Amino acid sequence: MNESHATWLYAVTTAPPGNGPPQALTGVTGVAHEPVRLVVGSGLAAVVGSVPLSDFAEEALRDHLEDLRWLERTARAHHRVINESAHHGQVVPLRFATLYHDDDRVRAMLDERRDDLMDTLGRVEGRTEWGVKAYVDPGAFAAAPAEDTGGGDRPGTAYLMRRRAQRQERDTAHDRAAARAEEIHTALAAPAVATAAHPPQDTALAAYEGWMVLNNSYLVPDNATDDFTAIVDALRERYPDITLELSGPWPPYSFTAPPEESP
Amino acid sequence: MTHAVERREVALVDLLDRVLAGGVVIAGEITLTIADVDLVRISLRALIASVRMEDQDGDDGH
Repeated sequence: MNESHATWLYAVTTAPPGNGPPQALTGVTGVAHEPVRLVVGSGLAAVVGSVPLSDFAEEALRDHLEDLRWLERTARAHHRVINESAHHGQVVPLRFATLYHDDDRVRAMLDERRDDLMDTLGRVEGRTEWGVKAYVDPGAFAAAPAEDTGGGDRPGTAYLMRRRAQRQERDTAHDRAAARAEEIHTALAAPAVATAAHPPQDTALAAYEGWMVLNNSYLVPDNATDDFTAIVDALRERYPDITLELSGPWPPYSFTAPPEESP
Repeated sequence: MTHAVERREVALVDLLDRVLAGGVVIAGEITLTIADVDLVRISLRALIASVRMEDQDGDDGH
């Protein structure tokens, strides 16, 4: 816009027919409480807002990212705008903190990236991202405790052998849980057209106990949503020792990379 | 999308998995040096630090 503001990008969507922003985005505010608008060009529309450089220039942004409350508020605002936009047509979400100097540069970017943005829009059209996490209680996957690990009357040796047995048991439990997670993933992937893996979440953040053995996203055709949730229910019933958490529907955050990334 | 489900507030960790590591990456002009990995790492450090701090605050209160 000008020297004191930059343009924050939320999402890209196909250009609305006619001119001007769709009514529905009126009243939607973004990461800086700014009104959200569309920048149209090359058959596409970027959902954007003007944000003050005092908070969003690189150094200020870096400082803010260290502040959880700021990060939460801003991440939720980014998500809210993408969700609102998704009510009115297919969107491709943009990575958090994508900022341009002004709208002209956004239009230039739309022109330059037109083909791959169109491809991505086509790939996610009529499909929805769902998240599934799985946790296990390590105890549930451990073998029955060994009675005598050996070492007999030599306490030092007995201790070491006991430790080794514990370690092996833990490894075995981990392997079993991983194998179970793989079965679950295979079942969930059946109705999906693409899958994506996220790293296991920090226990402090996700407030779970035990092992997170699965943290994946599935891109599911909208006409297979019921199949997918039925599979989740069936897996819960079949494997009561595994906690499955379903999240979504999500805008297709995890499926915006070229297809070779999704197995 | 199923609007009924959407109204529930999403878990912050699940949201950060997606908004910080997902979405189309276009080289923005202002934050060019905040690479994707960097962004996640910076924020996760903040998150973990602040969660631990809140835990401690909670313990003190009891």
